[in-house]
Amino acid sequence: MKKIIIIFILCIPLHLFAADDFYPFETPVEQNRFAALTSQLRCLVCQNQNLAESNAALAVDLRQQIYQHIQQGQSDKQIIDYLVERYGNFILYRPPFVAATWGLWLGPLVFLLVGIVCLLFYIRKTATSTRSNNFEDKV
Amino acid sequence: MNLLKKIYFTLPLIIFAMIILILWRGLKLNPAQVPSPLINKPLPHFALPTLFDEKKIVTNEDLMGHVTLVNVWATWCEACAEEHNALLELAQNEHVFFLGLDYKDDVDAAKKWLAQRGNPYQMIAVDYAGTVAIDWGVYGTPETFVLDKKGMIRYKQIGPIDTDSWEKKLKPLIAQLRNEPI
Repeated sequence: MKKIIIIFILCIPLHLFAADDFYPFETPVEQNRFAALTSQLRCLVCQNQNLAESNAALAVDLRQQIYQHIQQGQSDKQIIDYLVERYGNFILYRPPFVAATWGLWLGPLVFLLVGIVCLLFYIRKTATSTRSNNFEDKV
Repeated sequence: MNLLKKIYFTLPLIIFAMIILILWRGLKLNPAQVPSPLINKPLPHFALPTLFDEKKIVTNEDLMGHVTLVNVWATWCEACAEEHNALLELAQNEHVFFLGLDYKDDVDAAKKWLAQRGNPYQMIAVDYAGTVAIDWGVYGTPETFVLDKKGMIRYKQIGPIDTDSWEKKLKPLIAQLRNEPI
């Protein structure tokens, strides 16, 4: 019985309590905004982590900034603009649609179109070659 | 029709070569060097106490009228120790205003560090909370800003200054900025 109780206690995820202690918000809406913002912003020190996950000193400071800005009643856009102004678009995990990122956003679409065109050609080709087997002469 | 056949076979090869070229360039990029959006903009406003006299406040006004180097450093930063000799040398040989920003540091440790290793800076601002560094878009130490006579950021060196970055980038830039009118 004792063992079962110990196992049960060990299963309680303590980190769920920890997060709220550092950044207490008055409403769940603000809490959710904070969680959403910190998870979509990149930590520039360890670039494959977002601000919510990173333990880098800068990430801690930026979390604090975001927390204060939410408390001051700033909108998500204002907070994101504040950070982009300082660190550039690189801080955003979802890059904006600007000249430098056209390739990034439109690239997959271009590849898809090229693929469709190639596929159409191929289908046409096989269709003609099954009708008449002397396809090689026609090309 | 022969031409069409040629295109048909060489096109994939050309596309392949282009992809290789793009990826090859990608290998040489350093993702740790995040370009600053503040280049060619004025250094964001700041007012900080100085290290050796906390009643004295240094602001943007102090950086006007001359070419300025602003070096962000801390005693806990290993790469800062690495570049320290280079800083001492350039402070001796170059006629620039050299401001240090002591970033999230212990004041006594900073004084001790400078007493032991020598002080390359003309003035040192203390950013204990690190908020000014955030306003300047600093994300690591050391970083060095080059400001022109109007107080505009013209370049930011990310990481330690070494002979290579000094000779190739900073030195020519400082010479150029010194010739610009105020």
